[in-house]
Amino acid sequence: MTTHPGEKKSRFDPDPIPRRDFLGLAALGSMAAAFVFAVFGMLKLPKAAVSATLSKKFNVSLPDTLLDGEAFIPPGRNVAVFRDAEGVYAISTVCTHLGCIVKASGAGFDCPCHGSGFEKDGTVRKGPAPKPLPWLKVSRNGSLLNIDEGTTVKSGTRV
Amino acid sequence: MQADGNYSALNEFWHNLKAIPREVYRSMFRGGAPKTDRTRSSFVFGNVFLHLHSVRTHLWSLRWSTTAGLGIITTAAFFITLVTGVLLMFYYKPYTDVAYQSIKDIHFIVPTGRYMRNIHRWAANVMVVAVILHMARAFYTAAYRHPREFNWFIGWGLLVTTLALSFTGYLLPWDQLAYWAITIGANIAQSPREITDAMGITEFMDIGGLQREILLGSEVVGAEALIRFYLLHVMILPLVLAGLMAVHFWRIRKDGGLAKPKDADERVADEAKEFYPVFTDQPAKTYQLAAIVKGKTPAVNSGPEHTVPSMPHLFYAELGVLMLTTLICVGLAFISDAPLKELANPLVPENPAKAPWYFLGLQEIVSFSAFMGGIGIPMLCIIGLGLIPFLDREKEGTGEWFGGPGGWRLVKWSIAVGFVSSILVEAFAIRFGWLREWFPDIPQLVITFVNPGTVITAIYAAFSIWAVKRFNSTRAGALALFTCFLAGFIVLTVVGTYFRGPNWDFYWSPSSWPGH
Repeated sequence: MTTHPGEKKSRFDPDPIPRRDFLGLAALGSMAAAFVFAVFGMLKLPKAAVSATLSKKFNVSLPDTLLDGEAFIPPGRNVAVFRDAEGVYAISTVCTHLGCIVKASGAGFDCPCHGSGFEKDGTVRKGPAPKPLPWLKVSRNGSLLNIDEGTTVKSGTRV
Repeated sequence: MQADGNYSALNEFWHNLKAIPREVYRSMFRGGAPKTDRTRSSFVFGNVFLHLHSVRTHLWSLRWSTTAGLGIITTAAFFITLVTGVLLMFYYKPYTDVAYQSIKDIHFIVPTGRYMRNIHRWAANVMVVAVILHMARAFYTAAYRHPREFNWFIGWGLLVTTLALSFTGYLLPWDQLAYWAITIGANIAQSPREITDAMGITEFMDIGGLQREILLGSEVVGAEALIRFYLLHVMILPLVLAGLMAVHFWRIRKDGGLAKPKDADERVADEAKEFYPVFTDQPAKTYQLAAIVKGKTPAVNSGPEHTVPSMPHLFYAELGVLMLTTLICVGLAFISDAPLKELANPLVPENPAKAPWYFLGLQEIVSFSAFMGGIGIPMLCIIGLGLIPFLDREKEGTGEWFGGPGGWRLVKWSIAVGFVSSILVEAFAIRFGWLREWFPDIPQLVITFVNPGTVITAIYAAFSIWAVKRFNSTRAGALALFTCFLAGFIVLTVVGTYFRGPNWDFYWSPSSWPGH
């Protein structure tokens, strides 16, 4: 509806500039924005900033009786340590599929959960595992071996 | 009384005191005993809980063959888990060093504790089965169509919440079963890495890692994960479920009751004769509110014939189903104990480590590819399920079992295709292995997209596209696809439950498992 100057306007007539609508929408919009920011702020809480876990580095000494290519599992760790003619190396025993602990066997490693199989060097032999088992960093610390579960190295690296 | 010269306030007080029980009852149930149609109506709409129901119920809705009471069974099972769950909370302690012991206390020391835990576990199982069957009922009677699309959506949310509740409850005993199921679950949440790794973008956008971290609150399954799952199980998810349930029930009423065929009135005519007509004349009232409300819920210009008062006809039926469900749960709890394995040991997994039975189908396809089996295919199913009412907007067959083009004949064929194709693909993979065994150097991405799980899905999709073309109907396609997936779910669940042993190898029976 068009209005002429001086003509009395009904409150039902559309305002040329819908000021109230504009202010109302702006208020709603800012409220929604504030709400979204608040939700993002709250989501920071469930994502832990610090995670209390065991230290990933530990020392271990291999028993003298350990045979060539036989797995040594340090107590309480998901790592298999091997010794052969070329040196010492460590392979993680956490399955790369869904995190079950693989068991060292004659053929390499087998996962009890979904049937992934790995060769002795950690490469996937069968099953759903998407990646080979990672080799872990080993360094000599006097007579002890220092193993770092948090650092992977190229497979085949021996010390 | 005050006009009486002999008024005594003390007498009046004595009189009021005696009348307390009666008056409290009257103030609570203002309409009086539900003896006439009018008081039966006010019994329903005067009660905040009951008025989620409509005042009158169509005779069609009361037939066993319409719903088999599945929705009420689910609700009843929920209330049973609620009551027994609150009782278990008296003794359960969600801390890793004592959780397992507190479950043992509940089992061996707490009076009735073992029984309550068994009932809780069985009611949870009944709820999962009933909610799946209830969904199948709503699907096969085409009850998801206009105006009920949104309620199907809510029901879909209830299905997901129910499964989440079951899964979170699984961790709480902190035994071997729980620990490894959650480890697997958390790593499924992390499995988008299978894709991001293949694309080499995990460093910049690690969705999988973030999901796992938020779920577990730590890098490992430990104290943080336990308290999170506990919070979800006893607080967040039940609240979500209760909220969705209220909307779900209320929407049934607002969407005009249960879906019924066009000729439902004629088909219940014989039964309706037994009931006194509701209106002997055309209703004279003009429904003023109805004039501004869209839709056809209030029956203007026609009496609510072929309906009976919800009190007692519907409510007594509901109470009967509640009693039956309780009986089933209590009976099962009496026969079979809820499992409790050894204390969780993060160094040695159960062998085989099995999820709750309703996730074993999932575990079966997860054993082909973590991402496709755990996230890709389930997401496809879940999203597809939610969108059914928006993809099939036909009218034919609403309210009829297996209604719509194709009908029962198509469903029979779909059952056959669903079972045969999934069994064949499974048998092939079990007998001959899969791509990795033949081509050891094959890239992971190929296995992610071509594995027994995706092959079965592709066969089902192809079959339902054929059904859409053959019957020229979206409903036919939906019937085929839904039936196939239901059949596939059953086949995979049975294989995962009965035919998988140590190292997830195939065995004809657990008696042939190697000793371990």
